[in-house]
Amino acid sequence: MRRYDVVVVGGGPAGLAAAVAARAGGRRSVAVIERDDALGGILNQCVHNGFGLVTFGEELTGPEYAARFADAAREAGVEVLLGCMALDVSAGPEGPGVSCVSAEHGVERIGAGAVVLAMGCRERPAGALGIPGFRPAGVYTAGCAQRMVNCEGLLPGREVVILGSGDIGLIMARRLTLEGAHVACVAELMPYSSGLKRNVVQCLDDFGIPLLLSHTVTRVEGRRRVEAVEVSRVDGAGRPVPGTGVRYPCDTLLLSVGLLPENELSRAAGVELSPVTRGPVVDDALMTSVPGIFACGNVLHVHDLVDYVSQEAARAGEFAGAWADGARGSGRTVPVAAGAGVRSVVPQRVDVARMPDELVVRLRVDGVYERRSLVARAGGEVVARRRRDILVPGEMEQVTLRREVLLGLGGVDEITIGLEA
Amino acid sequence: MGAGGAGKKSDKVLTCIRCPRGCRITVALGADGEVEALSGNACPRGDSYARAEVAAPVRMVTTTVPADGARDVARVAVKTAREVPKDAVLDVVRALADVRATAPVEIGDVVARDVAGTGVDIVATSRAR
Amino acid sequence: MGESCYDVIVIGAGVCGCAIARELSRRRLSACVLEAEEDVCCGTSKANSAIVHAGFDAATGTLMARLNVEGSSLMGQLCEELGVDFERIGSLVVCVDEAQRGGLDALLVRGRANGVPDLRIIEREELRALEPNISDAAVAALWAPTGAIVNPFQLAAALAETAAVNGVAFRFLSPVTGVARRTDGLWDVTTPPGTLTARVVVNAAGVHADELHNLVCAPGDRLEIAPRRGQYHVLDVTAGVHVRHTVFALPTRLGKGVLVTPTTGGNLLVGPTAEDVDSKDGVDTTADGLAEVVRKAALTVRDVPFSERIRTFAGLRAHQPGHDFVIGEVPGAPGFVDCAAIESPGLSAAPAIGRMVAGIVCELLGDPAQKDELLPRPAPIPDVARLSPEAWSALAAARPAYGRVVCRCRTVTEGQVVDAIRRPLGARSLDGVKRRVEAGMGRCQGGFCSPRVAQILARELGCDLGAVTLAGPGSELAVGTDKDAWAGAPAASGAPGAPAASAAPAREGAAL
Repeated sequence: MRRYDVVVVGGGPAGLAAAVAARAGGRRSVAVIERDDALGGILNQCVHNGFGLVTFGEELTGPEYAARFADAAREAGVEVLLGCMALDVSAGPEGPGVSCVSAEHGVERIGAGAVVLAMGCRERPAGALGIPGFRPAGVYTAGCAQRMVNCEGLLPGREVVILGSGDIGLIMARRLTLEGAHVACVAELMPYSSGLKRNVVQCLDDFGIPLLLSHTVTRVEGRRRVEAVEVSRVDGAGRPVPGTGVRYPCDTLLLSVGLLPENELSRAAGVELSPVTRGPVVDDALMTSVPGIFACGNVLHVHDLVDYVSQEAARAGEFAGAWADGARGSGRTVPVAAGAGVRSVVPQRVDVARMPDELVVRLRVDGVYERRSLVARAGGEVVARRRRDILVPGEMEQVTLRREVLLGLGGVDEITIGLEA
Repeated sequence: MGAGGAGKKSDKVLTCIRCPRGCRITVALGADGEVEALSGNACPRGDSYARAEVAAPVRMVTTTVPADGARDVARVAVKTAREVPKDAVLDVVRALADVRATAPVEIGDVVARDVAGTGVDIVATSRAR
Repeated sequence: MGESCYDVIVIGAGVCGCAIARELSRRRLSACVLEAEEDVCCGTSKANSAIVHAGFDAATGTLMARLNVEGSSLMGQLCEELGVDFERIGSLVVCVDEAQRGGLDALLVRGRANGVPDLRIIEREELRALEPNISDAAVAALWAPTGAIVNPFQLAAALAETAAVNGVAFRFLSPVTGVARRTDGLWDVTTPPGTLTARVVVNAAGVHADELHNLVCAPGDRLEIAPRRGQYHVLDVTAGVHVRHTVFALPTRLGKGVLVTPTTGGNLLVGPTAEDVDSKDGVDTTADGLAEVVRKAALTVRDVPFSERIRTFAGLRAHQPGHDFVIGEVPGAPGFVDCAAIESPGLSAAPAIGRMVAGIVCELLGDPAQKDELLPRPAPIPDVARLSPEAWSALAAARPAYGRVVCRCRTVTEGQVVDAIRRPLGARSLDGVKRRVEAGMGRCQGGFCSPRVAQILARELGCDLGAVTLAGPGSELAVGTDKDAWAGAPAASGAPGAPAASAAPAREGAAL
């Protein structure tokens, strides 16, 4: 059985950053398992720019950002298993390991000192929404269309309606326009866009594409190929308002209606998942509920910027490496809970004795708020506060917890992060 | 945009992208396109964004072109080597309709020069082998 | 075309047409199956509850009752022989109102009269032990251990493949536009590609069977098929064990309930509605219909996890007012045999229907000789997800494509997709692949694998990637290529910043 100090499942931006960090300049053996024939994951099809401003101080396209990390992983001596699909992750008595299959080696078990989950996320499909009407050709998730357009050079349609204002949907509105299609509108169920403001402006406004907030698609017409969709207004509860439907003749419906962390392997491994993030519950070391199994990137929680994925993943890689070396925490963690106005926090547990001097907690708010403070409290004491002019669900927020502040309290049972005036 | 010549006074409304708030900023333009007044921005960053966006809006253009002779990919990703005037964005992609790259292609390779008369080159952002 | 004369033409390659074709292929005769769509199993056969009814539902003495019970008893053996997924999980008809208990007794009596074995009424405790998620209101149930689930796609394909390897011709994309009896007693069957001739014609055209029947019948013998729509929700395999048996609701004053059942693929299926619709193309879902299914499911099963939904669909039942199968030679049309109005339990009855119709045909043809043997279909495509690691490795060593996973949700390899295409009557579209090896049938619904499967289809079929279809001509994946609208054309309308000039569709673009 092959064995590595750290095995990383997934060769996208998270997996690559984790692998490089775990490698620690060659001190540990590290393998990345990647199902595709190339490293980089979804970034390879994200040909637009806007990546890397935080990490590199310049705006890169997806393939450029991916190439830098892929090159770094190869230079660091990370072993890369391409065309290799992880089938099972587990932490049995003999330690963690991954079963995988490839054309070269068939099904094999790879042993590990620690495993890092970095499988990313997938798109919510049309079927999950149950949009009434037919099920013809021409209904694509935005990411699927992105692959067609950017990697295969195929135009999925000429007259397009997009449901959902997630960033990929916005980006695809511009991409399709540049490739010669006409995007009639982007309909968004919520009263606000779930994508970045910059994308709304530069992908929609620049081309005069209307963003219809509080709208959804209520019918798909066309037996073999999409012929039209009906777009209706929704009420405050997200229910379509009868009689408000407008018929848009079109040949394509793109969906950008949410990303779901891809945690089938995690679930099967017995990893506790958060019903809110749909990713693993992790501690400050990014370790899941199963000792020796770590998680980072979009499999942990859906990020807005890849730069934060890389930062988070590097920490997961470091801690996974340390775990493989034999390092262990204090054994006592306290919960980090989402308070008023906060939908989710990651990590959800902190080992105060072991945590780094500064721990970045990433979170998402549950609505649009202006002029609030993100406040972390432990036992009523304010342990961190961050003033924000504006908070929106589409953009990830962060609060930094300081170890010395928490230790100074002389015992912490729970940390709550919420919005305050 | 308002370059030279006596035009009419006009208002331009744009959305600031410096933060998620997305202020709707109204820019009052004088007859020669100069900024006379600015309103709606909640902070100074909105002021600078709006002035730049009104004076000379620019955009990066990213797309892909076919990669002839490549074994690993059908297309390579490309971008404008620097930002081009916003008005030239569609001209850039039109000019790229017949452009092809030939493998091998490295990131940064120039795929087309002086695209659509902008003086800006098109460079590869992905590899082809 | 036009010169050759078949002994028999079967119109329709649904599960019944395919079952008939397989039975006919045992004999020394020439047969052809005509199908309007691009593949087998494209109509009612692909959009139903995927269950094998035990046989207590149909009125005693009807053709429906007899063929259901007979089909149910044949199905297990047939599926084993064909290598088709089948599980005899048993079914429950749940009564949630003490006052309605008489309805269960009536079903029990009818089932026994129909010849359904091992039926009995079970009480609340036993029911709860069998189905922990049954509604708290449940008081008793009719337990039918012979109830089963089956993979209808595999079944239709396996029946058709067997027929094909035993000499039956299949012609797809051949909708029948005319049927006429010639003066010499033969039948001319017209399709857009050409006219074929046969001594006997079998009408297994599903919801369209009445149209063919009415071309040949006596004026007073017209048939009317009223399509009756059923809408369903499909839930992810994470919800697949929410119930372990097929759970029906005892019909009440509130109407007929919906069923909740596992599928052979491990999903949970909930539906159907029963709505009379005008269009025989009316396989669209509606908000009301889907909501009705959610509401009714709660009557018998609690906490159905609809948040795990991955797909909704609708199918049409070929309902006729007399509510019985219409099988037999049409009076006044010698040699024209109906296999019509095959609504539920048509899938369950299909093995028996195949035998019965083939028997009628053979009698009309003067009892053609039996062949020495029926050749088996090619071995089923290996399902790597069910193989041991050793067996999978051996397969991948022999054929590396079996080591490349293309569909991550269902764990389907390139090798399976290739074999689905290369088989007799192999897949020609994404849906064809999906029906045969389940690539794209998982929780991401092809979002990940469809471009990969399309590449394999393009390579195997020798066509452009963009010309690959979802389900046959008219459903191509792409309408053109990047920037084809810009190539050689002068600058069109719409500079950035300017609102789009018009929302008019521009669908007449370059075709692939």
